[in-house]
Amino acid sequence: MNVDRRRFLTISAASLGGALLAACNADPKSARKLLSLAEHGNQRVEEGLFRHTAMNHVPSSAPVAGASFPKYMISKTTPIWDTAARGVWRLEVAGAVRRPLSLTLDDLMKLPRITQKVDHFCVEGWNARATWSGVRVSDLARVAQATDDAQYVDFTSFDEDYHESWDMASAMHPQTLVAYGMDGYLLTPAHGAPARLHSPVKLGYKNTKYLTRVVFMPKQNGGYWSDQGYEWYGGT
Amino acid sequence: MAPIVKRNHWVVRLTHWVNVVAIVIMAGSGMRIFNAHPAFARPGERFPLNPWEGRPIPEWLTFGGWLAGARHWHFAMMWLLVANGLLYLGFLFFHGEWRDIVPRRGDARDAWEMLKFYLFVRKDHPAQAKHNALQKSAYFAMPVLAIIIVLSGLAIWKPVTFSFITRLFVNYKWARFVHFVAMALLLLLALVHVFMVFAVDPYSLRAIVTGWYDRTRSPEARNARPFYHLFGPAREPPASRELPPV
Repeated sequence: MNVDRRRFLTISAASLGGALLAACNADPKSARKLLSLAEHGNQRVEEGLFRHTAMNHVPSSAPVAGASFPKYMISKTTPIWDTAARGVWRLEVAGAVRRPLSLTLDDLMKLPRITQKVDHFCVEGWNARATWSGVRVSDLARVAQATDDAQYVDFTSFDEDYHESWDMASAMHPQTLVAYGMDGYLLTPAHGAPARLHSPVKLGYKNTKYLTRVVFMPKQNGGYWSDQGYEWYGGT
Repeated sequence: MAPIVKRNHWVVRLTHWVNVVAIVIMAGSGMRIFNAHPAFARPGERFPLNPWEGRPIPEWLTFGGWLAGARHWHFAMMWLLVANGLLYLGFLFFHGEWRDIVPRRGDARDAWEMLKFYLFVRKDHPAQAKHNALQKSAYFAMPVLAIIIVLSGLAIWKPVTFSFITRLFVNYKWARFVHFVAMALLLLLALVHVFMVFAVDPYSLRAIVTGWYDRTRSPEARNARPFYHLFGPAREPPASRELPPV
């Protein structure tokens, strides 16, 4: 029974030691390796579980956050599209598509409109409700005729260098919109005017505001927060 | 019966110590994640159930450094916690040791007697099986809380993919609250557990490391209350009677 005892003393000492070590430094090199391995494994699990039939449901009677809906941006001041300096705002749909698009807000509003009351899940832990109106990204992909090379989509903004890239499946989810309306009104600059990406299937930081370009790509190209250590997948 | 007995199977000992590591990291990183938004109310709403809305948890209790780091730890360690929990529960089920912790009729009365003993209302330690009735209820509550924590955790990890789990807890906000409260209760039980080990039955440390336990030093044998007769003498095992003549 001595071997048994020694084995368990070793195991418990090793695990306690490991925990102590980890507590002293939450991010040593070996831990980082393990964590990134876990992140990749998790992503595969998340992609495997993802279904277009799994939808976010907010009761129709539930109140929306309204003026309390958090306003978040990278720039020091609220980014506002300067028509005088940059010309009319247009949404470019480009990359792995047969028909690249350049849509004014009016063009965008002529496409089939979806209006949905959904949750906005922030990585910080809060969620907020709003009624978003806009065009499904899947409709944009259809109109632009995305090719088989379109495995990922990058959403770029005019808020500094903010962008986030998505996997195709999440972008094609029926609740993923390029939204130009919020709670029955056109988007205000604080919420990403003229148009922003909004979907309950990804955490808030994946939902680019102040949208300028939707680029279909064969490979993902990270993102503003993903490059700083947040999960690239960021799915809900 | 021999005074030194094998008390804990190696599966129980292994899962116990893996649990210590997994729960410490899960709770620490979870509290760091919580601190990114230390409230349960949605923006613009109120949450009267939490008197400390908006107040973060002291940083020294948290783990992971920053929100993204804590999330990585949390979503990596959750697999260890779940695998370990399944191994433990599977063992308990197939080995029949669930009988040591699943409540049965009479446990409430026995727990009351234990409480009376601890409060000096009753003189002698109530007779017990492997665990006394208070211990039993705590050891049963722990896996129950753990299951609630895992379910509510899935509900807030994947509120859209697993919306059917989220709906078990009404919605995302309440699932997050349940996740937090169940964690706090589990930590409280764990703290009480560690306290009682040192205050009543330090000899059980040996049993959870090597598996062996000296029955003559059990709290029942020593009539031990918290801190009372902590290192009381081992009670002589009952003397064997001579065989009667044929």
